Amino acid sequence: MIRTRCEVLSNRRSGAYWSVTLVAPEIAEQAKPGQFVQIGVPERRDFLLRRPFSIHQASRRGGWAGILEIVFDVVGPGTAWLAGIRPHDTLDVIGPIGRSFHVPRELSKCLLVGGGYGAAPLYFLAEELRSRNKVVHMVIGARSHERVFKPIEGKRLADTLSITTEDGTMGERGMITDVLPNLIETTGSQVVYACGPNRMLRAIAEYCRDQGLPCQVAVEELMACGLGVCWTCVVPVIGLDGRGWWNVRTCVEGPVFNGARIWWERWLGEHPEAIRPPDGLAAVGEPERVEVWPG
Amino acid sequence: MSSAGPSLAVDLDGVVFPTPVLAASGCFGSGREMSELVDLRRVGGIVTKSVTLGPTKGLATPRMVETESGMLNAIGLQNPGVEEFLNKEGPFISSAGTPVLISVAGKSVEEYAQVTMRVRDVPGVVALEANISCPNVERRNQVFACHPDQAYQVMATMTRLSPLPVFAKLTADVTDIVEVAEACMRAGAHGLSLINTLLGMAIDVENFRPRLSASTGGLSGPAIRPVAVRCVYQVARALPGVPIIGIGGITEAAHAIEFLVAGAWAVQVGTANFFNPEVTIQIADAIGAFLRRKGLASVADLREQLKTPDRVQEPAYRSG
Repeated sequence: MIRTRCEVLSNRRSGAYWSVTLVAPEIAEQAKPGQFVQIGVPERRDFLLRRPFSIHQASRRGGWAGILEIVFDVVGPGTAWLAGIRPHDTLDVIGPIGRSFHVPRELSKCLLVGGGYGAAPLYFLAEELRSRNKVVHMVIGARSHERVFKPIEGKRLADTLSITTEDGTMGERGMITDVLPNLIETTGSQVVYACGPNRMLRAIAEYCRDQGLPCQVAVEELMACGLGVCWTCVVPVIGLDGRGWWNVRTCVEGPVFNGARIWWERWLGEHPEAIRPPDGLAAVGEPERVEVWPG
Repeated sequence: MSSAGPSLAVDLDGVVFPTPVLAASGCFGSGREMSELVDLRRVGGIVTKSVTLGPTKGLATPRMVETESGMLNAIGLQNPGVEEFLNKEGPFISSAGTPVLISVAGKSVEEYAQVTMRVRDVPGVVALEANISCPNVERRNQVFACHPDQAYQVMATMTRLSPLPVFAKLTADVTDIVEVAEACMRAGAHGLSLINTLLGMAIDVENFRPRLSASTGGLSGPAIRPVAVRCVYQVARALPGVPIIGIGGITEAAHAIEFLVAGAWAVQVGTANFFNPEVTIQIADAIGAFLRRKGLASVADLREQLKTPDRVQEPAYRSG
């Protein structure tokens, strides 16, 4: 993890989203798929905290070496400011942060599931998987066609690409979760990677858990620092033995987690305090990297 | 750093820090997490995240919401408990290269006593900070610093058990902070850390729900600074000679100097570490430059500089 001032190379629209490229050679050199950066906001505004962005691309070789790309939607004052950034402006960037997606040793058929701009880090992952001779299937879902992130890029990178939109303006009409079971079966996928809205991740992770399929998810939770010190961005993670649980930081111990080990009902359920801890819930998948502190 | 310039070191009645700018509890871990980005030897001191006797899982998310010039948090004192804390952080603290204060929290006087006995002889620790003012506890009457008698009991117990000096961290969410400060000093506190977060609340009007899962949480950041400066000023005037560490919304040197002029002997920076991990070092350097510009020899000289009108009135609730 390093902190550096980076020059903005470009800021473009990409459908409904913004895509910012930065000259960040030290961060690009270290970055792995699933990791993120924290971008500092200007001083003397009434919002203070850095904004986290997952890394869409980090070029280590070729003419674009040292370039880092992030993708975002304007959802508040921070992203509204960033959407107005111009080439040659500089940004205060800390990264790369967090644990990346894990590339399996044995399993070879991978399904990448992206919801909205959550698809962004999966392109970086797809390249990594392809370079390790894995078969990459991809499915992208969104509300409507302009929110389907880079479908042409997806076609180029993945062996197969499926698209769903809620309004039916591109691909199949419906939700990703409607097509997931059939997609897993027809592609023979052995491992699932997902990034997108937390509720979508829950549905995917619980389905995969029930099917005994390894599933890694990159989650989002409100984060003050992104450096491991504020303890605001936690998710409840079940212990290795499937019994105890602990609130684990998404910034430094995530954002990628084994989907079977997140206690989704406590995290996203309507009455998180009312439910009892799971008992003997088997953890699925490899490897078990999330260290769970006592509890 | 210039060796010829004024000294940045501060001496809080025997507790010495290389600079007057420390990192506040809950905003810097134990320093270990920040060491990749920050040269800890240049940080004035580190107050650890509060530690309780047993593992504490804390509250559900959302634990954080950004507000105008600040943020609300409701973590609920998540920590692994004192044994695991010492296993994991003890060796690091001993070699951090800067003075460390361990922040102690608990649900009862007995718990403060138990934790104090376990942390009192960690090498590298120069003092303890009694977190008796965390707002994110199950019951408001667990905020010991809201009651002078309860604050007294915790502080008397800790100071009896600890060979290390103990600072009491207080809240401004009281009718009269001076009364609580006096109780802590009577109980043997070495000094005071002023202030903790202010209890606040934010509501999402679209869905009519509080933005924090705990409904209320602690407000920090520049939004609270004037309240914190006022508290330091009031307590420093009422209790001259008591070492005070000023805390609340410091993001730059001028803010820190404001506290030092109001009567603080040192300051802690909290929320600003989240977006500027090197902020304590940058502020300390800038304080050095400020002292040179003003022709002052030491940080302590700032405490003598406040020019208040002669006819200044005490706030009405103090004068009755």
